Amino acid sequence: MNRFAELLDRLVLTPSRNGKLTLLTDYFRSVEDPDRGLALAAITGDLRIAAVKPAMLRTLVIERMDPVLFGYSYDYVGDLAETVSLVWPQTPGRIANREPTLGEVVAKLQAASRSDGPKVLAGLLDSAGISARFAIIKLVTGGLRIGVSARLAKQALADFGKVDVAEIEELWHGLSPPYTALFAWLEGKAEKPRNTAMALFRPVMLSNPIGDGDLEKLDPVDYAAEWKWDGIRVQAVAEGGIRRLYSRTGDDVSGAFPDLADAMHFSATLDGELLVGDPREATGTFSDLQQRLNRKTVTPKMQQQYPAFMRCYDLLQIGAEDLRGLSFRERRGRLEAFIGTLDPSRFDLSPFVEFTDWQALEDLRRAPPHPIIEGVMLKRWDSPYVAGRPKGPWFKWKRDPHTVDAVLMYAQRGHGKRSSFYSDYTFGVWSGAEGAEELVPVGKAYFGFTDEELRQIDKYVRDNTVERFGPVRSVRADRDNGLVLEVAFEGLNRSTRHKSGVAMRFPRISRLRWDKPANEADRIETLQALLDR
Amino acid sequence: MRASDLLHPRPEGLYCPPGDFFIDPVRPVNRALITHGHSDHARSGHGSVLATQQTLDIMGLRYGEDFAGTTQAAAFGETIAIDGVDVSFHPAGHVLGSAQISVEHQGRRIVASGDYKRQKDATCAPFEPIACDVFITEATFGLPVFRHPPDTEEIARLLKSAAQFPERSHLVGAYALGKAQRVMRLLRDAGYDKPLYIHGALAKLSEYYQSQGIDLGELEPATVESGAKQDFAGAIVVGPPSAFADRWARRFPDPISCFASGWMRIRQRARQGGVELPLIISDHADWDELIITIKETGAEEIWVTHGREEALVRWCELEGIAARPLHLVGYEDEDD
Repeated sequence: MNRFAELLDRLVLTPSRNGKLTLLTDYFRSVEDPDRGLALAAITGDLRIAAVKPAMLRTLVIERMDPVLFGYSYDYVGDLAETVSLVWPQTPGRIANREPTLGEVVAKLQAASRSDGPKVLAGLLDSAGISARFAIIKLVTGGLRIGVSARLAKQALADFGKVDVAEIEELWHGLSPPYTALFAWLEGKAEKPRNTAMALFRPVMLSNPIGDGDLEKLDPVDYAAEWKWDGIRVQAVAEGGIRRLYSRTGDDVSGAFPDLADAMHFSATLDGELLVGDPREATGTFSDLQQRLNRKTVTPKMQQQYPAFMRCYDLLQIGAEDLRGLSFRERRGRLEAFIGTLDPSRFDLSPFVEFTDWQALEDLRRAPPHPIIEGVMLKRWDSPYVAGRPKGPWFKWKRDPHTVDAVLMYAQRGHGKRSSFYSDYTFGVWSGAEGAEELVPVGKAYFGFTDEELRQIDKYVRDNTVERFGPVRSVRADRDNGLVLEVAFEGLNRSTRHKSGVAMRFPRISRLRWDKPANEADRIETLQALLDR
Repeated sequence: MRASDLLHPRPEGLYCPPGDFFIDPVRPVNRALITHGHSDHARSGHGSVLATQQTLDIMGLRYGEDFAGTTQAAAFGETIAIDGVDVSFHPAGHVLGSAQISVEHQGRRIVASGDYKRQKDATCAPFEPIACDVFITEATFGLPVFRHPPDTEEIARLLKSAAQFPERSHLVGAYALGKAQRVMRLLRDAGYDKPLYIHGALAKLSEYYQSQGIDLGELEPATVESGAKQDFAGAIVVGPPSAFADRWARRFPDPISCFASGWMRIRQRARQGGVELPLIISDHADWDELIITIKETGAEEIWVTHGREEALVRWCELEGIAARPLHLVGYEDEDD
């Protein structure tokens, strides 16, 4: 249990992706079955344990210590799981000779009934040390929140076994904790596990951005063009009565879109974009789509107001026939015929964008007919469907980003190589009446600048610090003083969490405007106008 | 005579009227008794200072030889009479030279703990419980959430991380007096025999520790002259925590910031400070050590000072021990 607890503690404080991968692969290497597989399941959210409510946890601890002392402790720490793990009284003699393993903890928790859950939990906490207690409480209260996505965990498995991550993704949904056969294969001790489960994820094909000079090398007749829809890439798989919607990284998202999943009356694998609205009438905007994202439960009202549909652009499998080896042209033909058999309120076809030369396409790209279009996709007519991001067959050619001139307000120290640099910037634009303008923060960015520019901004931050709060410095920013940053971003969302009412998508620093006086930076109205478009 | 007539707080510090002296005064006074060399307890400019020889040496290193009018060294256990008050110094186990001060007058004894800990520490003499009527305890970590793990476990985590990330350097933030040397010594005891790189602020004190027979092994200045950036790959560098936010830290390759402190017990503290590898190593007593020490002194009355007084006072109430907070000003509780 301690190794798992230590892993959690390290992961949550390690900001770098590579650092996290090293921690995970080392863990997989040094920990035996079934513990490593159970840890993996806990991280990917695939471990099923009866939950214990926070109120129950509090009751358990109050039975064991003075409530006043617990109150002081909880006030100070602020996190219930952490407080309980620290203050839980260690009764001498009650601690076993050794701490329980993760496997033993999970087995006991899974065997516990609803009524004896708290008693089992208390017994486990009695037998464990502080770090292990914290990990146990995290397991039973759900949500490890350690900043590791299922995708990253799969990448770590791929690194550990020196295989392509697509192989892991393809296997994943046919496997279950503690993944003993998977680890045996990754360690070279057994054959690759065979998949017999239905409706599995097929690793998706991704595109490369069009770079400078790329188009000159490409012949327009080799490529089809489609709009690039700014929804969510999904794969709809229905097979043997099982229906699944997968995200592009192979996470099962069916639960969030029951309306779409229910309409999958077919036996096939479709690739496309999840959007909201009714494709026969109107496609919703990104703000509409947002209503359906990151929700645990979806109310019927929500499903009615923002119905999900899929704009399909590829067909990977139909019945038992795998189409991935066919050319895009052939697959597209099959897709067009197949779409006609589906519910038209839930599935439609991503239309082609007709063009003769790159200039004509460029003009269309700059003036797309719908706000949720973020550019065009180019697909080679003769390309098979290949997992991953091969260079050449598929390109994305995005709309140019929006830019805004904003004033640097706060800077935060980075991590690792950037730990002595103020490298994360919060910036704002002007709001309020003339003569009483004030800056309102509109976003945060930590890349887009060169190392030399980073050094310059860092010096500016240190020379113009007004206040310090831990790793954050407030920088002098008023009508007469301030550093203007040109910020590029992909789009704006309405936000109730931010004072400014807007949230930027994918903001980055595009230019440092040392030349521009702070009072000439943009006003909030400029951004609001973009929202209403 | 009441206990508070023997010792009570004044703005300058804890004052003893019959002996006319202060313990750890925060402002210059005529006569000062000093528990240990941390700068919030040991200030310069007093008329006379009575402290252990090591504390006097440390004050000399920090403030220059003329840090006080006159000085007198107190040996552990030796009784010194000051205007009819019997004073003696006893090991506190906090840092090199640290002492508790026992003040006895007309059959009543008060022990001021200064800062102390009970965990074993190879860089200073271990704490000795002194039987007394009133025990003045620090309470830096006076909450049941503070439970320090064995320091050897923490050092093992540091060494494990150093092995896991051999291409990066590990920057260990540690208070310049005591903590830094303890961390170095723990690394040596764990078998780490490569040179340790130290920030300039640690040099004089570390040299002094070595001169007192505390072997810290080979120490190298963490300067660019001692190597190019890649030469620090895999290195363990020790410095004051403030230095790691500074431009000084840029000479190290992709550093992992570590911080050796009792505060690292609280995850949010580590998160706020951008610490990637918190090392829970403290020179102060944790909750369990505080309450065991209170019991061992057999004191009828506990005065609780600098730190989280209310929880410890509450615990004493539950145990039927008279206790009250002693409001002393001027001590930082963040220096661990």
